[in-house]
Amino acid sequence: MTTQSTAAERLDLTADVLIIGGGLAGTWAAVAAAREGVRVILVDKGYCGTSGVTATAGPGHWWVPPQPEVRQAAIEKRLGTAYGLADPDWMARALDTTWTSLPSLAGYYDFPTNEAGVTQYRGLRGPEYLRGMRRLVEDSGVRILDHSPALELLRDEHGVISGARGWRRQAGGDWQVKAAAVVIASGGCAFLSRLLGSHTNTGDGYLMAAEAGAELSGMEFSNYYGIAAAGTTMSRSMVYTFGDYFDDSGRALGFGPGPAFTENLARALLNGPVYCRLNRVPQEIRQQLPTIQPNLMLPFNRHGVDPYNQLFAVTLHAEGTIRGVGGLRVIDEDCQTTVPGLFAAGDAASREPITGATSGGGAQNSAWALSSGQWAGRGAARLARQTHSSSHGPSHNRLQGFQGLGLDRQHTSQPGATDALIKRIQAEVHPLDKNLFRSGAQLERSLQALDSVWDQVTSSALGADQNPLRAREVVAMAATARWCYHAAEQRRESRGMHKRSDLPEQAAQFDAHLRLGGLDQVWSRFDPLSSAQTPQLQQGARP
Amino acid sequence: MIELIFSDLCNGCGKCVEVCPTNALALGGDALPQIRDPSACQTCFMCELYCSNDALYVDPDCEQPRALDPEVIRASGLLGQYRRDSGWDEWAGDPRYPNQHWRMDGIFAMAGHVGANVTPLKSS
Repeated sequence: MTTQSTAAERLDLTADVLIIGGGLAGTWAAVAAAREGVRVILVDKGYCGTSGVTATAGPGHWWVPPQPEVRQAAIEKRLGTAYGLADPDWMARALDTTWTSLPSLAGYYDFPTNEAGVTQYRGLRGPEYLRGMRRLVEDSGVRILDHSPALELLRDEHGVISGARGWRRQAGGDWQVKAAAVVIASGGCAFLSRLLGSHTNTGDGYLMAAEAGAELSGMEFSNYYGIAAAGTTMSRSMVYTFGDYFDDSGRALGFGPGPAFTENLARALLNGPVYCRLNRVPQEIRQQLPTIQPNLMLPFNRHGVDPYNQLFAVTLHAEGTIRGVGGLRVIDEDCQTTVPGLFAAGDAASREPITGATSGGGAQNSAWALSSGQWAGRGAARLARQTHSSSHGPSHNRLQGFQGLGLDRQHTSQPGATDALIKRIQAEVHPLDKNLFRSGAQLERSLQALDSVWDQVTSSALGADQNPLRAREVVAMAATARWCYHAAEQRRESRGMHKRSDLPEQAAQFDAHLRLGGLDQVWSRFDPLSSAQTPQLQQGARP
Repeated sequence: MIELIFSDLCNGCGKCVEVCPTNALALGGDALPQIRDPSACQTCFMCELYCSNDALYVDPDCEQPRALDPEVIRASGLLGQYRRDSGWDEWAGDPRYPNQHWRMDGIFAMAGHVGANVTPLKSS
């Protein structure tokens, strides 16, 4: 059922390109699209400038000088942890785009200099970065709609993607944007974990795109976890590289920084509480920390904890596909999805082309958001311009949605129904012993539980007239959880971050990309590696 | 999560309602911001950062509300801590609060060289 609302309540707009999501990827997409001279509208679920996981953090970018041998070494190092699933050409493009783009923000971000007077471009504070990006987006002539979550994509009478429709949660009423091309930059999905800044990222873009027939890829690589002080959202990991870790009896756990850190901590957490002390942080760093990461110390200061001398409990927050890899499959250099006219960028897109089977961490992931955002924005603008002359006039009446679940506002849900469904989804995707440490048997059990959630999602009213977004978020998280575990079950080996205790070895027969899609019936397919470099649809092709 | 809004400090600009990414705040009948839905708060501290009057207080506990004494918080010196340390607004250019984010690379590199020297603790 499509959204019902009267024209009087609806803001009807027309643009060439619609960007869904105003975080790092979405703002770069908007800037790149506007640079092509087309009309651009950006909608954000929250506020463009504070929404998403970059605004609350401090991204360092994958920042490699353009000397060929230096670039080649950086690419080869990352290929070594990609387990065959990345593409050196995409890595080179991302490095180049990042290197040339960040200095262009001068005037919008106050890049500091180090003691030697060298301007520091690589790492930016999140709030200032996104505040600057918002200004740049506005100065580029893009119209921003804040607090305007997209609820569904729209198609014209020929079935071609033609915009989206959503809800104005502060202004009231609905919005509809007719656009020749749409960029999904709505972020990844951590299933409402306590990861800092992640509550706007519930997989909505995956859902909308999958309803339109888009494919996903790499969804098995969706089990990254990040450390934080227990009971807090402050998942800034830097200081924890200095941590000493102890169990409940005060026994030193003996693990430190390195590739096995998360697994070591996770094993300890499965045995009981784990406490940390940061007494190895050097004195001069302690003095500087508040102006290096101004939010880092807020939880300690406010709860009266001296983390350098006192023990405090730590935990791991699930990051899902945010610092995981999976997302919408992009099939060409413009980051177009398998649905013509629909583009994907940032965490909403599968990052396999540059990270393969391993999280890119903050550096590669920020470079991906910045780069894929601009590629998608430019590609969308060029496609919109191509189709402009042949396009029929803007007629909002002929647009229709994709009959997605959770859009029926006529039948409201029982109180607490959506919260109960969210808890059932989280009970499968958050626990360390189900998702970080995977096994075939547990994946089967989780998939059964998630199928049962899906049955309830399809059979019961989820809508709430007061908040039409919540139902869609629940559908999106249920669908995303099923995709993640379906993919994890299908990849019958261990590779990169996807580790199965029943199949601990990497297997050559799975040297392949795992594509999937579908909602009621989830389907999947392994594509040989070469297909990643051979787009299967022609750029700009339309049915 | 968001706990306190000091109405005597608030100038009614509405910026916190605008910037809250999860729509946890709303303007009340008196045109001053109110906590619309504390459970919607994601404990990201963005409202504090954008409040030039330091009129909001977010407790770091993201799991349950805490019973806080507003006057204790007011006297704690914690109001406006994030905005000050970030060097925003009137703190811009203050040599005590420069943007030193760029030091992260060096700190990560240093972490590998600060040797672990861990002795068991007494259980407390």
